[in-house]
Amino acid sequence: MSRPVTLAGMLTMSAELRDAIVAHARADHPDEACGVIAGPAGSGRPERLIPMLNAERSPTFYRFDSLEQLRIWRDMDDRDEEPVVMYHSHTATGAYPSRTDISYASEPGAHYVLVSTRDPDEVEFRSFRITDGVVTEEEVVIAPLPGTGAE
Amino acid sequence: MAIEVRIPTILRTYTGGAKSVEGSGDTLGDLFADLDARHGGLRDRLVDDTGLRRFVNVYLNDEDVRFIGGLSAPIRDGDTVTVLPAVAGGSR
Repeated sequence: MSRPVTLAGMLTMSAELRDAIVAHARADHPDEACGVIAGPAGSGRPERLIPMLNAERSPTFYRFDSLEQLRIWRDMDDRDEEPVVMYHSHTATGAYPSRTDISYASEPGAHYVLVSTRDPDEVEFRSFRITDGVVTEEEVVIAPLPGTGAE
Repeated sequence: MAIEVRIPTILRTYTGGAKSVEGSGDTLGDLFADLDARHGGLRDRLVDDTGLRRFVNVYLNDEDVRFIGGLSAPIRDGDTVTVLPAVAGGSR
């Protein structure tokens, strides 16, 4: 009997994807890193990592290049996918959505993953829902997704 | 003339949930005014008194309209307009 992968209040993702996000954040430090994890539309399953260029190249701001974003969003649409996770890093502050993050959050169905690389040894990795300006933290479960045969 | 306008998830409250709507106009500005007649409030999410809203991306076919005249960009039969909220944020 199948159960939903992402319940209200939880994000499940594989260790491989989590490690890839952390590696991206570390590689771009001290600039903020950003990207998407796509998954089948309606499934809530984060499956396909899409690291994005931070067109702002800033230690305090990130922005997707508009034409790259069009290409990626069209590609997801062609594959019947949607953005399941929207991630970015903070390089000198904690892994919590800032006022700026909240005001720009525009994928109501996505999990917003924040990573902080402010400490060189210990990374912070947290996930949130952001809808109508309200932030709700959720549990992150690092585990293989059901059905991937690795359980 | 029926121009397809693709609407992002966050704006589908204005279109009754539709991913795509149709409209017409000689320019992008005209097209948005036309859409607003049937989807009240949609134009306000795309345009403010300075023109196109800063963190909304509007594309005419494969181009970002910021580089081809913004609201004065001419629209032709068969064009597709795509709207995507810009993805951005920061630590403050």
